[in-house]
Amino acid sequence: MKSDKLKFLLFAVVVLAIPLFIPKGYLTNVLIFVGINSMLALGLNLLLGYAGQISLGQAAFFGLGAYGSGVLNTQYVINPWLAMALVAVGVAAFAFAIGFPVLRLKGHYLAMATLGVGVIAYISFNETVDLTGGPSGLSGIENLSIGSFVFDSDIKNYYLVWSFALVSILLAMNMVNSRFGRGLRAIHDSEVAARVMGVNARLMKVQVFALSAFISAIAGSLYCHVMTFISPTSFSFPVSIELLTMVVIGGLGSVFGSVLGALLLTLLPEMLRAFQDMDIIVYGLLLISMTIYLPGGLVRGIPALFRKIVPARGSHA
Amino acid sequence: MEFLKETMQFVISGLATGAIYALIGLSFAIIYNSTGIINFAQGEFVMLGGVITIFCITAFKLPILIAVAVAILGTTAVGVVFERLAIRPLKNATPLALIIITIGASILIRGLVMLLWGKDTQALPAFSGNDPIEVAGATMLPQHIWIFGVTLLVIAGNRFFFHHTITGKAMRACSFNRKAANLVGISVGRMVLLSFGISAALGSLAGVIIAPLTMTAYDVGVMLGLKGFCAAIMGGMGSGLGTVLGGLILGTLESLGAGWISSGYKDAIAFLILLLILFIRPQGLFKKGETERV
Amino acid sequence: MLKLTGIGKRFGGLTALQGISFEIVPGSITGIIGPNGAGKTTLFNIATGIYPPSEGAVLLDGKDISNWPPEKRAYLGLVRTFQNIELFGKMTVLENVMVGLHTQSKSGIFACALRMPWQMSEERRIREEARKWLEFVGIPELENVEAGTLSFGKGRLLEIARAMALKPKLLLMDEPAAGLNSSETADLADLIKRIRDLRVTVGLVEHDMDLVMDICDSLVVLNLGTMLATGTPREIQDNPAVVTAYLGEAE
Ligand SMILES: Nc1ncnc2c1ncn2[C@@H]1O[C@H](COP(=O)(O)OP(=O)(O)O)[C@@H](O)[C@H]1O
Ligand SMILES: [Mg+2]
Repeated sequence: MKSDKLKFLLFAVVVLAIPLFIPKGYLTNVLIFVGINSMLALGLNLLLGYAGQISLGQAAFFGLGAYGSGVLNTQYVINPWLAMALVAVGVAAFAFAIGFPVLRLKGHYLAMATLGVGVIAYISFNETVDLTGGPSGLSGIENLSIGSFVFDSDIKNYYLVWSFALVSILLAMNMVNSRFGRGLRAIHDSEVAARVMGVNARLMKVQVFALSAFISAIAGSLYCHVMTFISPTSFSFPVSIELLTMVVIGGLGSVFGSVLGALLLTLLPEMLRAFQDMDIIVYGLLLISMTIYLPGGLVRGIPALFRKIVPARGSHA
Repeated sequence: MEFLKETMQFVISGLATGAIYALIGLSFAIIYNSTGIINFAQGEFVMLGGVITIFCITAFKLPILIAVAVAILGTTAVGVVFERLAIRPLKNATPLALIIITIGASILIRGLVMLLWGKDTQALPAFSGNDPIEVAGATMLPQHIWIFGVTLLVIAGNRFFFHHTITGKAMRACSFNRKAANLVGISVGRMVLLSFGISAALGSLAGVIIAPLTMTAYDVGVMLGLKGFCAAIMGGMGSGLGTVLGGLILGTLESLGAGWISSGYKDAIAFLILLLILFIRPQGLFKKGETERV
Repeated sequence: MLKLTGIGKRFGGLTALQGISFEIVPGSITGIIGPNGAGKTTLFNIATGIYPPSEGAVLLDGKDISNWPPEKRAYLGLVRTFQNIELFGKMTVLENVMVGLHTQSKSGIFACALRMPWQMSEERRIREEARKWLEFVGIPELENVEAGTLSFGKGRLLEIARAMALKPKLLLMDEPAAGLNSSETADLADLIKRIRDLRVTVGLVEHDMDLVMDICDSLVVLNLGTMLATGTPREIQDNPAVVTAYLGEAE
């Protein structure tokens, strides 16, 4: 898909250029979290928007990534990059293993089971005090560094996080428009027909589940090194719901929709800061109204409103 | 001896919370059976029951019985409005869309309550005081007796309604076969609305009777809802005795686990049970499997 | 080719099939007929592995595949179409057919994400191949249309193209003519013959008796989950049991 490549290049240029045009400090800081959330939303979208399998436990993988890296960094002597890789592979392997029983479930049952996984992980973060510091959190995590170059400022972390996000986006775009991605979308539309065509639905669902866990774990590692402090609330059930909201608002089954959703939902609470805690009311309204009136998400809804025609066909990135 | 006595104590309080899970489980099953929807906002109905009661008592100084009635009616109204505004507009909705919508409703309700009521945790006074009663060497609270009594009444009422009244039978007909029910003149839409109303009422009732024991706040619905769901799953999503048993088993295991192992992992125990059942017997503990139609 | 021995299927208390034994010979078009609820679709579901049989065995070229999942059977060249069209509605027509080429390609999650050179050439190959099958069923102009928006008739054609892309040995079609008008049905008869000419064995569930009598080499008649008769269309037409039980009321 030529136009996809172009879209990605354009997007990458914009992302890399943004810091040149915005004031340093607060906004850059917010955009770092847009990057992290984009990865998380992308991970969920591959699973939910493409393969049609819901997960309400994504925060668990995010948390496992963050605590994995955080604990290895504070309590063991291990290169943090190596730790990030090991943790991501470990979390993906864990997701792969639990994926077989979990993804045999469908619909509401799947939602509840993944939610259960999320809650158990959250409780474990709180209870394994020796390792994680429990509810009061884990501090003293170092910034990442390459040689003597330390990612210790917002602007450096911006480029760090967004390099990972851009690579994830590129790989995801490649994947969804190929044999594997078609298999996922086929499962979404008709699992039985997909299987009759030789698509190994069970395996592919588990694979994409593991992939989404992998991306989330990387995002978690980045998060812990950027923040240098983590606590369980960042990985609780509401975070999984927030990710779900991002994907629904941005656009299910759209790579850029994930980014758009992450952007909006990361900026929104910042804007709603004046009205403390209003965010979950807004999320609730958004989830309901988007599902009823704009099920394709903004990424399709805006162009559709614009051109008043059905969304572009043929491209799914 | 000390161990036995302690265990007895865990079992009693476990059965009491288990009875609550059973009621919530039944409320899940009622909606599920008439619509095929698992309502993720179910826990919020439970929360509303406790919160509205306390609000009526503290703000308007209403006597407790009237406060309870207001809470149940209010929650029923919320259930009905929810069905009208969020469920009905979606014809032929996919399960995914329904999950997302009910999750949306759940955080919306929770958010509104937090806004109006604040984040404080409050306790409802026990219905008949707090003087413990000795039973077989262990102590029981009067509230426990309320819980068991109400649960028994609900089970009996539930059975009577679904098996011996026209409306109840019509609702069951819808759950077996919506098209056929429609053909014989049952208004499926009305039955769905009704199921949301009844389910909300039942959920809020559970919330009211547990509030004196566990305190209540805007966010208690999440856990209570999930555990009620767990009970319903154990019972195979039926609206009968299976779910009640499921709730009681869950409550007891959880209480024993918390007592013997660690109270911090109490909620984790419930979810481990949920996962195990979903993995091993997704059709419930007491039912045979079915084949999905193609 | 496909051999069923003593197939039975129960759903709870309902016996949908009982004692079904017959063989679909290679190169033939075998019709499976019977009134609604006779168990024809259930039989296809068992043949393709969507349900396991309650009893009996499914053999493909002598191999017992009774407990194989559908995706594994697809690799042996066993594929089907569905009575209630099962397309990948949100995907384009061409992509639908490309999924049909799943068994003839192999790039996995990593190769796809990394765009390995061989993955790119495989992608080109299956794209061309898929176009060929759209051509074959006569809807090449629709390649970029979203499959969910197709008319009923075109949807059926797409299902056939998707199934043919798999290069099947045995193609089972569940009521392909249902909902088609008479000229579309004539085209379908022609298409099925062309499929047979490609040496694909066909199993055909169909209510349109003219179509069945025209193209089938042999017939199996089901009634209430049991086998009523087998034979050539001629023999079936003259079979008094069939005439009273089925043809008499359906025609
Ligand atoms: N998944 C299922 N669960 C329960 N009953 C089923 C299922 N599939 C089919 N049946 C029943 O099996 C019988 C045969 O159905 P089917 O195979 O669809 O018939 P046909 O295709 O010949 O019209 C019918 O009575 C139908 O209701
Ligand atoms: Mg049929």
